[in-house]
Amino acid sequence: MGTLPKWADVVLVPLVSLALAAIISALVILSIGEDPLATLQVMVDGAIGSAYGWGYTLYYATSFIFTGLAVTVAFHAGLFNIGGEGQAQLGGLGVALVCLALPWPHWSVALLAASVGAAAFGALWAAIPAYLQAKRGSHIVITTIMFNYIASAFIVYMLVDVLRPAGQMDPATARFSEGTTLPTLNEIPGLNLIFTKAVPANVTIFVAIAACVAVWALLWRTRLGYQIRAFGKSGSAAKYAGINPTKIIMITMIISGALAGLMAINNVMGESGRLVQNSASGAGFIGIAVALMGRNHPVGVLLAAILFGFLFQGGAELGLWTHIPIELRIVVQGLVILFTGALDQMVRMMLVFVFSIGKQRAA
Amino acid sequence: MTTCQTTPARPRRSKHMSGNTEPGRQFAAAPASPPLAIELRGISKAFGSVQANKDISIQVARGTIHGIIGENGAGKSTLMSILYGFYKADSGEILIGGKAVTIPDSQAAIAAGIGMVFQHFKLVQNFTVLENVILGAEEGRLLTPSLDKARRVLGELSREYELDVDPDALIEDLSVGHQQRVEILKALYRQADILILDEPTGVLTPAEADHLFRILRGLKAQGKTIMLITHKLREIMEITDRVSVMRRGEMVATVETDATSPEDLAELMVGRKVLLHVEKKPSNPGAVVLEVENLRVRDDDKIERLKGVSLTIRAGEILGIAGVAGNGQSELLEALGGIARATGVVRMNGVELDLTGRHSDGQSRRAQGIAHVPEDRQSRGLIMDFTAWENVAFGYHNAPEYQKNALFMDNDAIKADTVRKMERFDVRPPIPTLAAKSFSGGNQQKIVVAREMERNPDLLLVGQPTRGVDIGAIEFIHKQIVALRDAGKAILLVSVELDEIMSLSDRIAVMFDGQIMGMRDPATTNERELGLLMAGVADAVKGAA
Repeated sequence: MGTLPKWADVVLVPLVSLALAAIISALVILSIGEDPLATLQVMVDGAIGSAYGWGYTLYYATSFIFTGLAVTVAFHAGLFNIGGEGQAQLGGLGVALVCLALPWPHWSVALLAASVGAAAFGALWAAIPAYLQAKRGSHIVITTIMFNYIASAFIVYMLVDVLRPAGQMDPATARFSEGTTLPTLNEIPGLNLIFTKAVPANVTIFVAIAACVAVWALLWRTRLGYQIRAFGKSGSAAKYAGINPTKIIMITMIISGALAGLMAINNVMGESGRLVQNSASGAGFIGIAVALMGRNHPVGVLLAAILFGFLFQGGAELGLWTHIPIELRIVVQGLVILFTGALDQMVRMMLVFVFSIGKQRAA
Repeated sequence: MTTCQTTPARPRRSKHMSGNTEPGRQFAAAPASPPLAIELRGISKAFGSVQANKDISIQVARGTIHGIIGENGAGKSTLMSILYGFYKADSGEILIGGKAVTIPDSQAAIAAGIGMVFQHFKLVQNFTVLENVILGAEEGRLLTPSLDKARRVLGELSREYELDVDPDALIEDLSVGHQQRVEILKALYRQADILILDEPTGVLTPAEADHLFRILRGLKAQGKTIMLITHKLREIMEITDRVSVMRRGEMVATVETDATSPEDLAELMVGRKVLLHVEKKPSNPGAVVLEVENLRVRDDDKIERLKGVSLTIRAGEILGIAGVAGNGQSELLEALGGIARATGVVRMNGVELDLTGRHSDGQSRRAQGIAHVPEDRQSRGLIMDFTAWENVAFGYHNAPEYQKNALFMDNDAIKADTVRKMERFDVRPPIPTLAAKSFSGGNQQKIVVAREMERNPDLLLVGQPTRGVDIGAIEFIHKQIVALRDAGKAILLVSVELDEIMSLSDRIAVMFDGQIMGMRDPATTNERELGLLMAGVADAVKGAA
């Protein structure tokens, strides 16, 4: 009663949700006098129709994997980390400080050091709300949201007053040195046969995939992951088992913040080569939708991140090739988030109903 | 009887009332062939593939007390929910007073003269008795006339049925027994002719239960019909006229109470012979395992719940803690199990335990040889969404045999261990990958008991070991507890079931209001004496044993 077969829950629910989002999006596009099919064509061609398009889609997806994993890890401890945006911006600061500190000899060394910097700053930024939650009971949703704003203001201060080279007019750091430039996919032997034009997707994508594996192993193969999941499912039972709630909240949020912070090696180090304002550009929030749609499982996060990468890149293409305003991409993204995230239970109930009718017929 | 406005929602009320004034007296004159109050014919109800009620027919004579017993999941609650309009039966007929009725919702049930007293009361804690009684039965826009009328009616009902409750008292100030009377008053105020009580004595002291039974007998004498749902055979034997036994969704028998015995009823419930009494040898206590001195626990609101408890338990004995729920037993278990902070002195095998610091958690307690079967398996003992094997490791997730190396747990080893434990404790179905929530209450409890007992602890804390557990599993769990005792372990047993305490314990401590009222030997005490202690009557005669 009221349950779906597992395959339907994992495959059918997201697909039906997406289809509903697509139908409403089509109606919106129709209502502004454009052709939905042609619009879809532009998005598909632009985002996944060529290796060049894939290069952008995967670049966005890489960022979303990190922020999606950040939300996922926290979710398993029953914590809703909405602060991915701020943690990713602080991660950017960590990357910038590491990259500017030394004349790095080789990108691989720089990548290692910058990853540590990104993770440490992201973790620190998540640790403060975690402490407030664990010790003072301040709700983590509220504090992480507020910390997004503080991060934003803090970065502006750092860029304007501390890190801006003398004489530069825009609030940004200096360019990172040559030795920190990460190879993009078109520069990697073998992959350069596929990616012939310069694309922003870079080696960070492999770090992201490794992070998916690591998160999976952490949650389902280690004692820490076991305790995180136990605490997330039942705080009262965790207390009975002698699982220390303060410790779990702190460690989980530090891991979550570190993952969000790691996103910065993709955009700050891999793409722009310097730290600018608002560097995370919404990826922290997209991570919430990615985690919801990905059922808080690394594999799901990976797939959902690629879908949102597609929407991001396809939406940008719309602005280039059609008269459709770029804001429409936000509408479409919003609808996807609405249906896959917020209305997911509605879709599930509809499917449960359909399945129960099917069963009655069969009986 | 007073009249009340007929609202469209309750079309049958006025008609009902007019027929309600006399029958009680008519009956007293002619009890020989009582007409039927309720008749169910061929009621069936399925949830998905589960047949909760299968072709159930039952006749309840007016002016009788009719018991319904059965194990958890036998379909009692479903049947009552159909009668009270919560569920719609897939097929079958309901006849009230000889007329076929449909009961689409609880309003219709009330209109048909059915009142329900739930196991968990549905009262507004910060309303007065009077306000609770009229809640949902207010007449007109202004409250005062309704309250005045209710006060009058309540006065009459109280006098008539020994239901004395102060109409102006706040519910939160009332004892559980009084709260239950408010629920009964609510039903009577709504002109109920038929009262259904769901496990009414679960939260009462023996004295309160006796009072309830007096009330029920009074109601019966006035011609009311009572259906009593319970799993306590003793209550069935004491108060009912007839009893219907349910098993796996079917009505297996309806018998005259006088013509049956507890043993026969248990056999009907379970479908096989059951041993109702625990067989155990006299205890052979050894060295002192647990010493508790002046243990005090405050709750989150800083209210003292455990007020200076001292006790000792020796190896090879079972100390039973009797008491009405909520008198500090839970806090005692939680303080010893490392869940609640406490003050006082606790020594385990002579070593003093940390009661407030870093080593006062569940992990430290397990390391010191204390295992704990918690009172609430669903919120403490198990993680309902976890699989059986994940739950078998719960609390022992740091055990070396469950680790593959410094980094990873050995999930295969835990699964293999789960298979072994499931076999030894007869957990059904024996599928380690099934979620805990998919097991029946009895099998969930067996998973917890298996996990805690197989650690071979020096001290086992057991809270409500058989709550919501079917009779077959109760027998099994009791045997395991006695076997652990015979293996020379100390056991602290907390239960609100007096029968369980009396049959398992080697010594009995009775708790009331956070204190131990007295220690008794189960061989020489009786339920009356324990009941007085449970109600807080000071233990002046015997002193602590």
